[in-house]
Formats: sequence, C-alpha cells, structure tokens
Amino acid sequence: MAELYPVEEHAESLASERDRAIIFDNVSIAFEDRQVLDRVSFHVRRGETKAIFGVAGSGKTLILKLTLGLIKPDSGRILVLGYDVTAMPEEELFELRRKIGMVFQESALFDSLTVEENVAYRLFEEHDLPPEEVRESVLETLRFVELEHTVDMSPSELSGGMRRRVAIARAMITQPEVLLYDSPTGGLDPVTSTTIVELLVKQRDVYKTTSLLVTHRLQDAFIMATHYFDRQTNAMKEIPTGSPVNVATTFILLRDGKVIFDGTAQELAQSRDPYIRDYLS
Amino acid sequence: MEFTSPSDFAKRQVLSVQEYSLLAVRSFTNLFTQPRYIRDTLQQMDFIGVGSLPIVVLTGFSIGAVLALNSANALARYGGLSFTGQLVALSMVRELGPVVTGLMVAGRNSTGIASELGSMKVNEQIDAMRALGTDPTKKLVTPRVIATVIMNFFLTIIADLMGLAGGSVVARFLLGLDMNQYWTTAWQILAFGDVFMGLTKPLFFGFIIATIGCYYGLSAKGGTQGVGRATTQAMVVASVLIVVVDFFLTRIIMVWLPS
Repeated sequence: MAELYPVEEHAESLASERDRAIIFDNVSIAFEDRQVLDRVSFHVRRGETKAIFGVAGSGKTLILKLTLGLIKPDSGRILVLGYDVTAMPEEELFELRRKIGMVFQESALFDSLTVEENVAYRLFEEHDLPPEEVRESVLETLRFVELEHTVDMSPSELSGGMRRRVAIARAMITQPEVLLYDSPTGGLDPVTSTTIVELLVKQRDVYKTTSLLVTHRLQDAFIMATHYFDRQTNAMKEIPTGSPVNVATTFILLRDGKVIFDGTAQELAQSRDPYIRDYLS
Repeated sequence: MEFTSPSDFAKRQVLSVQEYSLLAVRSFTNLFTQPRYIRDTLQQMDFIGVGSLPIVVLTGFSIGAVLALNSANALARYGGLSFTGQLVALSMVRELGPVVTGLMVAGRNSTGIASELGSMKVNEQIDAMRALGTDPTKKLVTPRVIATVIMNFFLTIIADLMGLAGGSVVARFLLGLDMNQYWTTAWQILAFGDVFMGLTKPLFFGFIIATIGCYYGLSAKGGTQGVGRATTQAMVVASVLIVVVDFFLTRIIMVWLPS
C-alpha cells in the first residue's frame, strides 16, 4: 500500500487522525440539480459504530458508497484508514477496499455462485488457499451467522433474512478493519431483524470492527446502543443501568444534505430540536 | 415523453463514445496486468464458442447452399455454371462467413453479455464486486473479450467450411455438377489475401461483439426495463458496427493486399 496517498502529516492533528478510521471533511455532492450532501463533516473513531439516520433520499447509502470510493464527491475530502479515497485512482482503491467490508441493501450476492463461493469470494481473489482450508474458513464464518447448513445452497434458495446474513458473512470473512452496513434489517420481519442486529452487536463487541450503519429502523440502532454481546452466554444482553460498559455506538442524523445531529443515543433522545423530536416520534 | 436539447443529446453521445473507448482500451490493457482470470475465460469460451456452434453450423450451411443456388442461376446465363464453387468459396471466405458468423454471434452473445452484466449492475452485484476489491473489467470484461475474439475466429472457419459444404450439396444434387470439380476450383481460387481477409475480420468482429455487450451491460440502469433496453441496444449497435467495420476492413485489406 506504499503507493497509496497517505494523510498529510499535520503534527497537531496526526494523533487524532490516526484514531479516526473514517473522516468526512466538507463533503458535497449533487446529482443533476439536486444537492444531496452539502458540506458534510463527521468522523468515526477506530472501533466505533456510527448509525446514520435520515429520511429516504437523504444520502445515507451515498455516504457508504463515498466511503468505499465507489462514487467521488464534487468537493471535500474523505479519509478511510488514513487514505484519501477522493484522490485515489480506481486501481489503487481496489487494494484499500480489501480492508473494508460492505453489506448491501439487497444483499447483492452473486446469484451464479453458491453460498460457499459467495462467502469465499475474497479468499479466492486474494489468497491462493487449498479448497479444504477455504471451506473450513467459510463454514466457520457461516457458523458465526448461524447458517452453516446453507453452504452448498444457491442464493435463490435462501430467504431475505438468510441472504442478508450470508452477505454479512461474505463481508466479514477476511476480518476487515471497517464494515459498512446498508439497511441490513430493511424489509425484514421483527424476529429476523433482531437476529441481524444481534449479529452486528456480536461483530462489534467480539471483533471491535469500525462500522457505519445505515438504517431506517431507529429501534435497531437504539438496541445496538443499549446492548452488548455476552460471550459467556453467546447472547445479546441489555447494558445494566450504571454499568461502565461502553459499546462505542453513536448516531448522526441527515437533513437536507447536512448533518444536523452527531452524538450518542442518550443525547439524541434528549434533543430538543423540533425536527429531531418529530423524527424520533 | 421527455424532450432533451440537441446539445445535451450530443454531449451524451460523445460521453458514450468516450466511455466505450475507455472500456475497450482497458479490456485490452488488462491482458498485461495481474490478476488474470483464466478459469472465467475458459468458461466463457465454452459458453460463447461451443454454445454458438449449432447456429453457426446451420446458418453457414444454409447461406452456402442459397449462395450456390442463386449464383448458379446467374452463372448459367453466361455458361459459367462450373464457376459455382469458386464463387461460393470467395464469397463465403472473404465476406459472408465472417459477417454472418459475426451477426449470429452478436445476436446470441452480445445480448447475452449485456443482459447478464446488466442484471448484475441493477442488482448491485457490480458494486459488490468493486467493494470486494475486484476490478469488474478484469473479472468480467476481459475474459469475455478474449473468449469472443478467439471463438469467433474458429466459428468463422467452421461457418466457411459449412458454407462450402452447403454449396457442394446444392452443386451436386440440384445443379448436377461434379463434386471433385466443385471442391478443386473452390480451393484453387482462394489466394492468400482472401484467406487473410476472411480470418482478420472475425478478430475485429469478436472484439466489437464482446465490448459492445459489456459496455451496454455495465451501463444499464433502471431495473429490468433498463436491462431489456441495454440488451436491445447491444444487439443493434453490435450488428451495425459489424457491417460498417466490415466495409472499412475490406477496403483497407484490398488496398494493402490487392488480388
């Protein structure tokens, strides 16, 4: 990665930039005549999960695609793991993207491949591993999302929730440093949604992965902010009142292309801003 | 119906040509960089080459037979029925074999490529591939281009042979010509320039078929309707380009290698 573009070394900001996995600095982008993001700035610390809210069309998914460098902004800088993705050519972005996992809204599984081939996609692309080792790794990852039995199935044989979980398995098989979730519970029933949220909490607390989570479901993000994963019982549990457990989950809210809130669940719930009150209700 | 200004329309067309050119160049330059998807290329060769074999055999045979029938009708007026084999051979090898094969392969594979990649595009699978650190032009475009260029070359040779065989059947059973004479004259008339022209064209046509299919597939937007539109456009543009490029190639090779 030596040829990539490292962050300029401003002495005073170096320490804080190193601590930040993702930085959006005055990012703007417009489509046709519509300004979708207007000088958006925020950052995500290493190990932190940031949930992005906003009404449909507010640019939530766009933020994920910008983070991956799939789309370039009109202005502003985006730093991911210290690299300026707005200045990198596509060929170099492929290398950086191997450190990032993304779960797409509609799963985006390759329908011509089996579940095993989908989950192992990165292993086949990046490593020259023997088939037995790949299969073992796939089974281990599928076990994490409790879908071990689907390994030889094709995506068309899976339900919506199962596809979403396979997509999560595909994103996390190489243990990326950053995970991007695009509405992972969208369109799913409450039981399946809870299963997915539990998986995200497990991923956050077990692997401490930096995450950006786009969601329409406030309750999912609040569950993430108020629960932790208990390794002993292998289940998600509510954080007791007064507990020192810090799950490092914060929220941002988008409105008319701008970030109008950036803070914790508690701060969001206590906000007196009329729009936020209205949004939360 | 939405109206667009002529300048916007012109800009869009120029942009399309630019994007297509960049894709075509990348599909070629990818040959010299890692990774190379040999397994994907072999799969595409099987799908494009072996899959297109029946239609190429049938159309090649039919075109050769019809050509013999029609040319015999004209040649008989001047007492030149014995030249049927020569006329079929020259027409098939120089022109009809490459063009008809190109059009058939375009009809089957340009559309197939456009619909497959178009579906992947609208279902975000192309974005997923990029997100997973894979260059779609290396994984999807280059293997299809290599496979189509190679297989179109061999399919054209098969179409030429089938055309000559179709002509020979008509010459023997409907025109009463001697088979030996038909094949001997057909073989003797072919010069290096004819064979060179006949074997150069399919390389260009294969490149057009694959790159046009990939371009329209990767540009698809707007759900299933967009995929349908991309498929139709790929077929139309590939066919028109084959015919247009055929003219220029013929002219260039005729100037370079005069008979």
